[in-house]
Amino acid sequence: MIRLDDHDRALLDGSRGAATAFAMRLLVRYGEAVGAPHFIDITRAHIDGCLYHGEASLDFAEHVLRLGGKVRVPTTLNVGSMDLIHPELFRGAPALGSAGRRLMEVHEALGCISSFTCAPYQTLFRPMLGEQIAWAESNAIVFANSVIGARTARYGDFIDLAAALTGRVPYAGLHVPENRQATVVFTVPAAVAAWPADALAVAVGSLVGERAGNEITAITGLPGGLSEDDLKALGAVGASSGAMAMFHAVGLTPEAPDVEAATGGVEPAVVEALSEADLTAAIGRLSTARPGMPVSAIALGTPHFSLAEFGRLMPLIDGFRRAPSVDLYVNTARDTHAELAARGWLARLEAAGFTLVVDTCTYVTSVMREISGVVMTNSGKWAHYAPGNLGIDVAFGSLEECMASAAAGRVVRRRP
Amino acid sequence: MKLAGRSLTPGSGEGPVAVVPPLSFWGGYDPETGTIIDRHHQAHGRSLAGVVLVMPSGRGSSSSSTVLAEAIRLGTAPSAIVLAEPDPILVVGAMVAEELYGRRCPIVVLAQADYARVVSAVRAEVVADSAAASVTIA
Repeated sequence: MIRLDDHDRALLDGSRGAATAFAMRLLVRYGEAVGAPHFIDITRAHIDGCLYHGEASLDFAEHVLRLGGKVRVPTTLNVGSMDLIHPELFRGAPALGSAGRRLMEVHEALGCISSFTCAPYQTLFRPMLGEQIAWAESNAIVFANSVIGARTARYGDFIDLAAALTGRVPYAGLHVPENRQATVVFTVPAAVAAWPADALAVAVGSLVGERAGNEITAITGLPGGLSEDDLKALGAVGASSGAMAMFHAVGLTPEAPDVEAATGGVEPAVVEALSEADLTAAIGRLSTARPGMPVSAIALGTPHFSLAEFGRLMPLIDGFRRAPSVDLYVNTARDTHAELAARGWLARLEAAGFTLVVDTCTYVTSVMREISGVVMTNSGKWAHYAPGNLGIDVAFGSLEECMASAAAGRVVRRRP
Repeated sequence: MKLAGRSLTPGSGEGPVAVVPPLSFWGGYDPETGTIIDRHHQAHGRSLAGVVLVMPSGRGSSSSSTVLAEAIRLGTAPSAIVLAEPDPILVVGAMVAEELYGRRCPIVVLAQADYARVVSAVRAEVVADSAAASVTIA
């Protein structure tokens, strides 16, 4: 049985409200299933229950609201089914749209912050090194653990809101320092150092995700110039192709100044050299389309494009003309969108033909106008999920290849 | 034969035993039809509605909690789940369904030797309270 202290018992016995008691009952059962010895406090939460998956999603949130639920820690929200800033973009069934919108509104009524982004680490609510948090959304979990060094287990449906309503989580998984040590080491060959950084990060993340299962990995040999956005892309695709919840990029991420620190000095069970051929093949598996095929859209921003990524995109739209048949989409957070407007970038992006999608994402909801041809993306995560979710052909490429393809109207490759 | 186990969620249920490899309910089970839709799964196309589902462990996305809760709501869920290893994602789905819809799907964990006995059973009856559980097999 998981040990309860006086505070836990007060949360459980109804004296802090019926919603809190219900949440704590869920957490106790969850904690027993994961074999946790006791609970710990969290400082913040991130919830992905605001994306509509069916009636149970909405029934749960409405039930918690009726019980008087309020979150006890600063709680950010993941993407929903609707772009509430641009609702006219929604092309799905009206009933689905209104249920999706209601689910987002109920979470706001529970006291959550209207961030509606899968990249809460790009907001003011970014945690710090060593902070104990309860985050849902696979890319956010891997980013928090790996790139920031905050500590979250893999939370998801229902239990994320339960953690936010109580401020407590079972002490288990990646909350525990010993569980954060790498048991598998992958080495990246020097031959790929000249690849575009975004494509290299996706190749490595995709392959490591496929091969590592649930294990915590240390990756050596990544170029020192990889940006935070490249590490974001690495984790996002690794959590899609596999079950990556944390990686150490040796020399780049805070808990891995060297291999010894990443493994805790314990001899790793597996050391595996990735070859250039392996990485090229991993990139190949992210495309169902062939070079030269007609492109109907470009999808950027999965996870949500950061301001720094827009900073890389802006020079590429100088003198750029999209082929008339190609739609251009970028997903981003509403806060980033406001900053784009303030900088005058939004008007330039729209003049170049970009549709900015906020609060949601082009692979989880119906916003894209025309998907009869290939959709090209620089997101490994988008490339992984969109063929199944949307029934389309996809081509993965670097940001430069995406823009060149948008101009040409067909899939253009810069690299062999 | 009556086997003693550990209760992860309380309730009672009985039915024919369906032994399957670990299944991710999210992307793997359609709560509308009550069938396994993961094309890569060995039991693709099989219905799990009303069976005693026996599998070594859970698998996959945390969104499986919602799918199990949906299946319980729609009456297409297994009548009970017997595991060899605890699975927190299925536990949360069953707990939420009980709270919202008043319908229970007991989830129990058996020691390896007893789990092996259930695997070869034809029918099973599961009774679980808040801590202990029994699985009666025939």
